[in-house]
Amino acid sequence: MRVSIVDYNAGNLYSVEQACRTVGLHPILTSRGSDLLQSDALILPGVGAFGDAMRNLRQLGLVDPIKEFAASGKPFFGICLGMQLLFSKSGEFGECSGLGLLEGEVVRFPAGSVDGRKIKIPQAGWNRIFSPSQAGLWQGTPLENIGQGEFMYFIHSFYAVPARPENILAVSDYEGVRYCCAAIQNNIFAAQFHPEKSAREGLKIYQYWANRILNGSGV
Amino acid sequence: MSKNIRIIARLDIKGPNLVKGIHLEGLRVLGKPEQFARYYYETGADELMYTDVVASLYDRNSLHDIVTRTASEIFIPLTVGGGLRTIEDIRGILRAGADKVSLNTAAIKNPGIIREASRVFGSSTIVVTIEATKQPDGAYLAYTDNGREFTGVEVLGWARRVEELGAGEIVITSVDREGTGLGFDIELTRMISKAVSIPVIAHGGAGRVEDVKTVIEDGQADAVALASIIHYEFIEKNGVRGDYGPEGNVEFLKSGRSFSKIKTSPFSEIKAFLGKQNIPCRCC
Repeated sequence: MRVSIVDYNAGNLYSVEQACRTVGLHPILTSRGSDLLQSDALILPGVGAFGDAMRNLRQLGLVDPIKEFAASGKPFFGICLGMQLLFSKSGEFGECSGLGLLEGEVVRFPAGSVDGRKIKIPQAGWNRIFSPSQAGLWQGTPLENIGQGEFMYFIHSFYAVPARPENILAVSDYEGVRYCCAAIQNNIFAAQFHPEKSAREGLKIYQYWANRILNGSGV
Repeated sequence: MSKNIRIIARLDIKGPNLVKGIHLEGLRVLGKPEQFARYYYETGADELMYTDVVASLYDRNSLHDIVTRTASEIFIPLTVGGGLRTIEDIRGILRAGADKVSLNTAAIKNPGIIREASRVFGSSTIVVTIEATKQPDGAYLAYTDNGREFTGVEVLGWARRVEELGAGEIVITSVDREGTGLGFDIELTRMISKAVSIPVIAHGGAGRVEDVKTVIEDGQADAVALASIIHYEFIEKNGVRGDYGPEGNVEFLKSGRSFSKIKTSPFSEIKAFLGKQNIPCRCC
């Protein structure tokens, strides 16, 4: 079983790799499109700026292989910036187009204050995640074993706004802003939080995903 | 809904050992950092922060192996600092498994490194530590090399500059209070937290859980870094292990004394206390 972590100079891949190992996966780090296309599952991680990340992906010739992989129906997992890149465009430092696998755009938390205290950006810390509508919506998704209101670790200034409500798998609230923190579309699962930095609860998401991969099913 | 306040375990490391000083000086060896880190992870720490406390002095950062061992089994964020001077130093420690880096000496000597590092690695990866000491005239000035080197840099202006240059978070350390157990410098923490729009982590002085509440409520801290309260609790509970390295002052450990000014608590108790005070934080 071949799991690839896309290595495109964007952040700490070590903890993603270690989380995979903890749940029985043996991922490779790769910057080669041909490796991605031969994989059974793909992780697109990422920390940093949207524009730089897209530039790196283009320079490495990875945009088309990533899109082709996503269309294959095999499990695809985007984390943090790797979630944002899946969307059509971002307003970070001027407009910038993304991979366009999910419809929607990426926007920044608004500056301002709440109760006389400045809203601090980035959001750095633990926050609760919820199903956008009723409980039970996480059945059959990587969040299946996660309780409503469970804490996950976030560090980000931007977030994705999916155009299609059915892509919103989980929401969170930061200083009064309700935003999408996990998205899903067929074989694509994406999280704004870092499951690999969210202690045991986060590892449950990796475990679910690993079980699906090892059983040869979709998301 | 107001945001959840992070409670961070701060581990000062010298060679292979966890150490703790007073005013960042007079370091006592407490044990092996990985064992303390594991315990904090299991009892509900929100993040870990490792600092190589003598690195700047000797131009070294020897934390790589400890960082890699930690990151392979502990799945909460890990910030590493001490002696990081160049983009390559930062890249190396991130590759070793750190999620964020903290800069102090290098940033004051060359503020441009904050801009370059946040561009290369993302703002959220770059934390700047400011070691502040209150002067007789009431002004706060920054120090480097763990409170040893006077810089003449005024703290409030420096904090604003650090934000402008692209840092993602600031650790504000009161050198005057650090290791004393006398409580945080509330005035200093509030001044910095109100001045910037990035998260501010209060560090230095916590002697009891009530101090944590005060620095959050009155100091407007977005996160709190603890050392003595949790380190001495670990030693009380687990005893002294004989496997600390030979580097540093081990007399305190051998003596079996406790540190009287500190009212120790494990993370689980600290979180439960804050919850009762209606301070939102991640409960475990």
